[in-house]
Amino acid sequence: MTTATSTARPAALHHYRVSSVMGAEWIKMRSVRSTLWTLFTMVVITFGVAIIAGAVIPGQWHTFTAEQHATFDPTRISLEGLLFGQLVIGVLGVMVMSAEYGTGTIRATLAAIPNRPLIVATKAAVFAIVATVAGQVLSFGAFFITQLLLRSPASHATLAQPGVLRAVVGGGLIIPVLGLFAMGLASIIRHTAGAITAYVGTLLVLPLTIDALPSSISQPILKCLPLQIGDKMTTVVNAHQSGSSLSPWVGFGLLCVYALAALVIGAGLMVRRDA
Amino acid sequence: MIEVRAVTKNYQDKRAVDDLSFDIQPGQVTGFLGPNGSGKSTTMRMIMGLDAPDSGSIRINGEPYRNLPLPLREVGALLEAKAIHPGRSAFNHLWYLARSNDISRSRVSEVLDLVGLEDVGNKRAGTFSLGMGQRLGIAAALLGDPAVLLFDEPVNGLDPEGILWVRNLLRGLAAEGRTVFVSSHLMSEMALTADHLVVIGRGKLISTGTVADFIAKSSGQFVRVRSTQPDELNALIAEHGGHVAKEDDGAFAVKDMKASAIGELAGHAGIFLHELSPQAASLEEAFMELTRDSVEYHGSAVDTVLASHINPLEESRKQ
Repeated sequence: MTTATSTARPAALHHYRVSSVMGAEWIKMRSVRSTLWTLFTMVVITFGVAIIAGAVIPGQWHTFTAEQHATFDPTRISLEGLLFGQLVIGVLGVMVMSAEYGTGTIRATLAAIPNRPLIVATKAAVFAIVATVAGQVLSFGAFFITQLLLRSPASHATLAQPGVLRAVVGGGLIIPVLGLFAMGLASIIRHTAGAITAYVGTLLVLPLTIDALPSSISQPILKCLPLQIGDKMTTVVNAHQSGSSLSPWVGFGLLCVYALAALVIGAGLMVRRDA
Repeated sequence: MIEVRAVTKNYQDKRAVDDLSFDIQPGQVTGFLGPNGSGKSTTMRMIMGLDAPDSGSIRINGEPYRNLPLPLREVGALLEAKAIHPGRSAFNHLWYLARSNDISRSRVSEVLDLVGLEDVGNKRAGTFSLGMGQRLGIAAALLGDPAVLLFDEPVNGLDPEGILWVRNLLRGLAAEGRTVFVSSHLMSEMALTADHLVVIGRGKLISTGTVADFIAKSSGQFVRVRSTQPDELNALIAEHGGHVAKEDDGAFAVKDMKASAIGELAGHAGIFLHELSPQAASLEEAFMELTRDSVEYHGSAVDTVLASHINPLEESRKQ
């Protein structure tokens, strides 16, 4: 053991750096098995849905109505599995934050880096990088899998067609933003089960509940909820049917606002609350 | 150097720490004593900047914790056993902490060696025993080679060999000139480890000073006396300002009078003494004496609560 006999502060001690804190957050994220398992589960389910869609639809094509033939959206079909990805990334986003509270490592983390907003920001940044890569792998992978399997008589999509690239890239981008939203919820709620419930409630249960209201009330709300925003993003055919939904990128922007708001509130509460 | 100044902390309507002030000096082990619930852990969390005091201030090396440029290089702390993600390896737990404060990877291996966990560094912390978790927590505290160290109940869950190891480690760290602040409810352990004591009860400072001062201050010191003519001797003692109480075995306990004075009284009066032995209160007894009125959780009898503060070894020695 090296010795530090002086109690005075070493003169040349620099302040902790953002890159070092991000490095630490990356070590934390990659050093627990749940991260790998969660990402692996996302890939299996999303690709699984893409395989099933591509394999089954050509055989069932003759049972479709003329209208179904006309509105068949091979891009959207290939990306249906992203909904599972949205669910699972939320769980990962929650876990990355709530596990610190659940295990008590938050105290070790804050002892090392007392700047709490910096902890939230670096954790979000590292998670965003991982989730963005995962989202693009998922959306492009699922797209190509389904398009390769879709054969005549069913039509298939190519990236060159209008709106297709936006649907694939945008569908993938929804993943990190929803994950960050979930992380924000976890930083507010600080409890794994509670945060996952809040996330699933917002993503899936809230739209179902609101759908029961008269459409004059429900439509303006529904179009602002993550489920419909995600749905809009991955839809290519008949994407502009009515004014009752937000355009894909406006919806995406709104989703970013939700995520940012949740993280800012979470960071603010973290500063005020005892760890 | 840790300076605690007029710190008060409430949780809801309960006062956990009440106008507490003390200094912790470098180069010695300072024991932090108090009954359960007296505010020791709260105070340590406030020193680490984890909980915010409602009023008052705390400085480490002259700065509030949050202003330390690289905190782990100045302060190391073991605040609770096994505050570690069960799925993360010991090495990675230390490595992420090291990385955040620009501490080298080789230092991680070094502290694992130091605490004797070198062979299980790649094992998941969830598989660790309480004692191993405690050693990992100590490794984390030593990571940045800090001049100030805080240990909250460091010997909890350790076997006798581990307790001896911690004791030597703490003394060694203090001998190197570091500030070492250790909380414990094992009074006899503190008697062996600490040079200085800070005693609190119900969040308030009760006593601060050296271990010897602490025992002397308590009223637990007396002289056991046995003689051939107890009635005559007791009368003489009372005449000269001593206080006599009968012990269970027929001897007498004399307070407020030195053994030498009692011996001289007896000699002058021609009384034969069969026993004349000064009894120093143990740290346990001194502690109980001082904190009797400030024990947070009273059982049906005060003694049952106090019994929880007695080291089992101490208990068996008395019997």
